[in-house]
Amino acid sequence: MSGPNEHHIVPLKTFLGVFATLMFLTVMTVVVAQFHFGAWNTVVAMAIASLKAFFVLAYFMHLKYDDKVFLVGFLLSIFFLIVMYFFSVLDISTRPVLNGIL
Amino acid sequence: MSSAPGVNYLNEKSGLWSWLTTLDHKRIGIMYMISVLSFFAIGGAFAMLIRWELFGAGKNIVDAATYNQFMTFHGAIMTFMVIIPGVPAFLGNFFLPLMIGAKDVAFPRVNLLSWYCLMVGAAISFWSLFYHGADTGWTFYTPYSIQTDNGTTWLVAGAFVMGFSSILTGLNFIVTVHKLRAPGMTFFRMPLFIWGLYSTAVIQVLATPVLGITLLLLIAERTMNIGIFDPAMGGDPVLFQHFFWFYSHPAVYIMILPAMGIISELITCYSKKTIFGYRAIAWSSIGIAAVSFFVWGHHMFVSGQSEVAGIVFSFLTMLVGVPTAIKTFNWVATLYKGSIEFSAPMLFALGFIFLFTIGGVTGIMLAVTAVDVHFHDTYFVVAHFHYVMVGGTLMAITGGIYHWLPKMFGKMYNEGVARFSFVLIFIGFNVTFFPQFVLGAMGMPRRYYDYLPAFEPLNKVSSLGAWTIGVGFLFALYVVVDCILRGKKAPDNPWGAKTLEWQTSSPPPHENFTTQPVVTGGPYEYR
Amino acid sequence: MSTANTTEYHHHTAHHFDSADAEYRASKLGLWVFLMTEILMFGGLFVGYIIYHQKMPETFAAGSKFLDWKLGSLNTVILIFSSLTMALSIYYAQIGKKAMVLYNLYITFFCGVGFMVVKSIEYSHKIHDGLLPGSLFHHAAEAGSAGVAHLPIYFSFYFVMTGLHGSHVLVGMGLIAWLIVRAHKGHFGPQYYTPLECVGLFWHLVDLIWIYLFPLLYLVG
Repeated sequence: MSGPNEHHIVPLKTFLGVFATLMFLTVMTVVVAQFHFGAWNTVVAMAIASLKAFFVLAYFMHLKYDDKVFLVGFLLSIFFLIVMYFFSVLDISTRPVLNGIL
Repeated sequence: MSSAPGVNYLNEKSGLWSWLTTLDHKRIGIMYMISVLSFFAIGGAFAMLIRWELFGAGKNIVDAATYNQFMTFHGAIMTFMVIIPGVPAFLGNFFLPLMIGAKDVAFPRVNLLSWYCLMVGAAISFWSLFYHGADTGWTFYTPYSIQTDNGTTWLVAGAFVMGFSSILTGLNFIVTVHKLRAPGMTFFRMPLFIWGLYSTAVIQVLATPVLGITLLLLIAERTMNIGIFDPAMGGDPVLFQHFFWFYSHPAVYIMILPAMGIISELITCYSKKTIFGYRAIAWSSIGIAAVSFFVWGHHMFVSGQSEVAGIVFSFLTMLVGVPTAIKTFNWVATLYKGSIEFSAPMLFALGFIFLFTIGGVTGIMLAVTAVDVHFHDTYFVVAHFHYVMVGGTLMAITGGIYHWLPKMFGKMYNEGVARFSFVLIFIGFNVTFFPQFVLGAMGMPRRYYDYLPAFEPLNKVSSLGAWTIGVGFLFALYVVVDCILRGKKAPDNPWGAKTLEWQTSSPPPHENFTTQPVVTGGPYEYR
Repeated sequence: MSTANTTEYHHHTAHHFDSADAEYRASKLGLWVFLMTEILMFGGLFVGYIIYHQKMPETFAAGSKFLDWKLGSLNTVILIFSSLTMALSIYYAQIGKKAMVLYNLYITFFCGVGFMVVKSIEYSHKIHDGLLPGSLFHHAAEAGSAGVAHLPIYFSFYFVMTGLHGSHVLVGMGLIAWLIVRAHKGHFGPQYYTPLECVGLFWHLVDLIWIYLFPLLYLVG
């Protein structure tokens, strides 16, 4: 009889480790923001946020262990967001008159 | 739980309350049928009034402000309340579980909730009439939609709530297709209607939330003046169009993809021939769904969008022609050497192919930026999308309703009147919309209340055609009501169709099948 | 406490599923599809935010100076901790420790309360200072010292994004309250914890969105 018993149980240690990592990365985000890299600040902040997102998704949300269809769905939604961003920016950044009137 | 003979989903319980609280996907489908047909009657009445007003130049029945309301409500009702829920939520709800051999959709309560979302959303939309209606057109373009002083907020809020209905239906269908197929029903043994619904569901889930947030921002803009779409505050009104069409272009495929699925069913069933190129049609559904997200900028060629983006969108838009043509060629190939039976549903399917091809090819014309600059916002565009939406989707829905009436109610419909309704709708349709191609090419702008006297003769023809369509749909309504009230008892499989829904009794019992069907082959094993 | 309740709760699988496991998997798929819609809805806002941020970086930098990054960090810590306790409640359900399920749910719920309290402190400061969206904006900085154009639009994004996120926190808290009621009745154990798992996924997504909102609104400047 197959039941929820056979579902993967993530050990307690992993959860605590992930939590510690997330806390560390939060501190990193705040510390890094004190330096001024110009435009790179956004990139660094987003990179750290994405690293945190990875840990939340992989462990707290079990994507690492679960049916791969969930991962496909998640990536699909991210992909279409990028599409939305890309084409909107394609328009806005190539208009002949930029920030002046818009 | 086996039911006694003669007991089916219609008569196992009675009373209005048993309907309003039902979790049976078939009953929810019937509730959608009643709501969608009622909305269609209202939206259709607005269309008749529009054509009456445009019968001659100058004022005929109403003033310009009222005309703008007619135009807005015709558009908003037909898109959000008729065509979007029309195929998935009504026919899809009823037949998706039946066709894959499931007992119900995955989340019956969510399914019922989606119907209530549509009802509440529709009620909120109509509430705008108490605030002098709305006159923005169904696209709610900024900045006018921010400035106009009337019930637009209510109409927008209603569309927002109806978006939930669409999302919940899509969610349910995705999970049902993934998890509840009968034993042996692999993905490539699913009927093509299911492939159409599945691709639609993916679009509904991925695109509708963006409409939700856009409409939410528009409401915030109207109530709190937040300035995101207001150039005076640094906002960008064209960004509204990007966000709006990111949903609304895929949304036109929400309207047409499941309709194409119906046509696949009808063509193969009434040709008594295995569908030609099953996999090609299945994949082209997914292909259309995917491409639909890359083409939205073709609505914005003259809106201030950059030329670079226009050129890119122009090329990408032409890609849509590829999977669409794959479907059309496969349908025609299926007809070749088939034993074609010209019953009413088949007539609608053939009408679909004819009209949809015209609509599709003019769509490719409009994708050419140089041509679009001339045709944009003229009646050419109006004719193009009515050829696709009415000549496509509504023909498919009507054909589908005739085809499945015996299954839904266990009664046969009047074939003669049904064919007559096709003749009226088909002729009326071409008389209405073909002259609009000409009017558009001559430069008559769409949405305007008045026009130059030179356009008057063709507008008169168009209005006469519109009323012919109206009469045609009244005959179609008569067929449905007559079938339900007085129809002869239908056998389980009157058309000799091969898909699973015809293998159970008509109408089906509560859990669809008395024994769990096991699938051993493809969906269309005719010959 | 829950241990006092000795009657074993048995969840009935809905009639159209073959097995409890099929129901569990379908529920999870349904929830993930729902999360996809959430991602695209918030994503639309994020896309808008990034576009405007690129268009007027000085405005957004000036705007973020008005936010208190300490309160933002505090809320980040609160939400991540609540995600941990949410995950732990599922873990304890899987190994059958019903009392621990309940403790962790309570902690998660009160983290949500804490988040909303901090948020309302921030909001009341903003409202008091007139740092409001769009035309409601009436802070002295607009014309004076900051000297950047269109400052109100930053606060439009701030309020819409945190407002929508906050409403999701409230919905999540409602769902967790419902879980607490059911956990008190002893509904969750190794055999059945689908609602825990589904609400948990939703709660983690709310956390995930905040993980991006925090640096975008408070720190980038």
